[in-house]
Amino acid sequence: MNREVDLLVTTSPQIHHPDSTAKIMWTVVICLVPAGIWGVFLFGGKALLVIISSIVSALVTEFIIAKLLKRFTVLDGSAFLTGLLVGYNMPPGVPLYIPAIASIFAIAVVKWTFGGLGANWMNPALAGRVFVFFSWTGSMTNWRVPRFLTTHVDGVTMASPLGFIKAGLYDFTGTSPGPIAFLKAGGYPLSALDQSVTNWINTSVLNPLGASLKGGYVDLFLGIVPGCIGEVSALLLLLGTVYLFIKKIITWEIPVSYLFVFGLLIWIFGGLRFNNGLFTGDVMFNFFTGGLILGVFYMATDMVTSPLTTKGKLIFGAGAGFMTFLIRVYGSFPEGVSLAIIFMNIFVPLINKYTKPVRFGVSPRGGGK
Amino acid sequence: MRRLKTFPKGGVHPPGNKHLTSGKAIINAAIPSISRIPLQQHIGSPAECLINPGENVKEGMLIGRSTGFISAQIHSSIPGVVKEVRDIYLANGFKSKGVVIEMEGEFDTLGKRQEKNNWEKLSAEELLNIIADRGIVGMGGATFPTHVKYKIPKHAKVEAFVVNGTECEPYLTADHRLMLEKTEEIMEGARIVDKILNPEKIYIAIEANKLDAIEVMQKAVSLLNKHAEVVPLEIKYPQGDEKQLLKAIINREVPSGGLPIDIGAVVSNVGTIFAIYEAVVMGKPLIERIVTVTGGAIKNPQNLKVRIGTPIGDLIEECGGFSEMPVKVVAGGPMMGFAIYELEAPVTKGTSGVIALTKKEVKSNNQTPCLNCGRCITVCPMGLNPTLLFKEIDHMDYDSAMEEGLMDCKECGCCAFMCPAHIPLVHGMKLGKYMAKKKKEKG
Repeated sequence: MNREVDLLVTTSPQIHHPDSTAKIMWTVVICLVPAGIWGVFLFGGKALLVIISSIVSALVTEFIIAKLLKRFTVLDGSAFLTGLLVGYNMPPGVPLYIPAIASIFAIAVVKWTFGGLGANWMNPALAGRVFVFFSWTGSMTNWRVPRFLTTHVDGVTMASPLGFIKAGLYDFTGTSPGPIAFLKAGGYPLSALDQSVTNWINTSVLNPLGASLKGGYVDLFLGIVPGCIGEVSALLLLLGTVYLFIKKIITWEIPVSYLFVFGLLIWIFGGLRFNNGLFTGDVMFNFFTGGLILGVFYMATDMVTSPLTTKGKLIFGAGAGFMTFLIRVYGSFPEGVSLAIIFMNIFVPLINKYTKPVRFGVSPRGGGK
Repeated sequence: MRRLKTFPKGGVHPPGNKHLTSGKAIINAAIPSISRIPLQQHIGSPAECLINPGENVKEGMLIGRSTGFISAQIHSSIPGVVKEVRDIYLANGFKSKGVVIEMEGEFDTLGKRQEKNNWEKLSAEELLNIIADRGIVGMGGATFPTHVKYKIPKHAKVEAFVVNGTECEPYLTADHRLMLEKTEEIMEGARIVDKILNPEKIYIAIEANKLDAIEVMQKAVSLLNKHAEVVPLEIKYPQGDEKQLLKAIINREVPSGGLPIDIGAVVSNVGTIFAIYEAVVMGKPLIERIVTVTGGAIKNPQNLKVRIGTPIGDLIEECGGFSEMPVKVVAGGPMMGFAIYELEAPVTKGTSGVIALTKKEVKSNNQTPCLNCGRCITVCPMGLNPTLLFKEIDHMDYDSAMEEGLMDCKECGCCAFMCPAHIPLVHGMKLGKYMAKKKKEKG
């Protein structure tokens, strides 16, 4: 046997878990693809151009800056993912320079001025979205009518459900049972699909159990509503989420605390603005609107800009849920998810400082005899 | 079935790959024609060389005398002539003075049938002296001199003695085979330790991936006079580390900077217990050990009984050589073992395995920046913040790292195994400890 072998010498451990940064990033990208395809199907080819514009701008910006720093980082998937998320957070009809500017801002200003991957303190995609939202508010709130609703609506644009409610409640003095009824009373359209699926669920599943589902939720869950390209289909986003949980790329803490606090507050106080009592808020309606699912599972869980420990993640998620509730119900914007997450990003270093892991053999509860 | 015990915090599940050798009985490896025996095979000060080049040595003869409080005796593993006394590179990258012996003469002690010593009449003190004299050290890999560990401070009382058959490192099956094949000997060894330490209770800890070993040990446990029990444990790395093991079994935490005896416990590896049996009952010094030679690049993986000082390359040859070119050859387990750079490195008392790993098994990748994902924190069994420690050490801020618990790190490798950015966290911890110590010495 030849004993002259070229051997790699490294410090232990000598084996490694199969994950790598690039693998994580590309897995998240793959999990997001179905929701994007649905968005393009609903809103047409223009939506695809928006996504391409944001991805290409993100990759080119990343390439140029990394090149200037004599690095090559395009293939790690991080810039692609940022670009994809920027695209998903755009209204389908937006002029193409807006997603491009959002991506450039996200990569150049938010990510690289702090040192590139891992060093940014704010979610780049969300920062990019918020930057262009306040710069071109008109274009950023101009919603295209999705497929399936076109037969019910004249024209090419319409209000989003949350925007419609926010505007309608501005000088509202009567009472309404809740957001869905409010939309219906205002003449907001439902798709034919919603009616048939709701009927099927009621007759074959819920009615025998003595319950029933009102019309409108199916549209929200499937994403047959006007909104940002990638945010509308809760169903497909959740499917991707299941895979991320299986692969342990996201953990339960942030989504659970976010949804729990947000849901609880909506349930308690959400009915007040329809002039109903406490504990009458419509939790399901609020979960499936305004990009909450995309924000909770794909943006708030961003590793770089969320806390390190379980306790820290719970605080972060709870804070984001609280802020989303405040902005959505009491603020002047209908959605609130992006701003809430960015707001909590600011607190991450502070949260990390006060939520250190409990050391073995130091804690009073386990130490000694 | 009752829920298996384990430690509550951290830990990882690397692929076990124990099936490669778990069904293979221990066989004797060929005696090496040249044995290179380092005088530093243990934690503590090196042994003092007792022989000169040209002298004849017998099998099992004392060639290195222990010096200082923490040290161990070194014996010749083969009969022969001392060729030279020189520096030898060890698997861990350090070098130690060592004795090179060329085989010659007769094997007059080992392998011959011997009378069993009647040890029951001996006192605890006399038994400890035998253990010290025969050069017994912890065989799990840490190689702490056993007679030092068993010298219990006056004020302390041993409540629990744990025989550690966990073998949580992937690939290794040396302890597993030992428990199957030398069950009664291990029980007798445990009785010897029982006499020395006089614990209230004896536990035999085995991970649940060795059900056959759990069964045979359970059947044999009545050989111990004491209240003793076999504890099956959940399969999780580093279950076999003594701190995690004691947390799992007696639910007490060894205080930071302390030793198991601080919580009334002593832990010894099954390999150590078997060595104690051989030393006390058969009068045999520690000159051989069981080594699992395995890995994806080894043609015919085996559990071998190997003389100390045998070149690692000899063992690989004995197992049919390489089936493909390995990327790494590891002495010890894959999580805490050392990657060697040449196959001439000798087997020492702590070499539990020789693992030739293929590219597919190693899964190395380029290092990327830290993502703050927090996985290293989630898996750290000591509740440390590895990414923060690494950054502090990287910035040469050793004082902060010490405050954050750097010295609690036992380099188990969970953090670096999980890190998706492939940051060499354990390397950082080792460097940090070394630099902090150096800084302290400077004053």
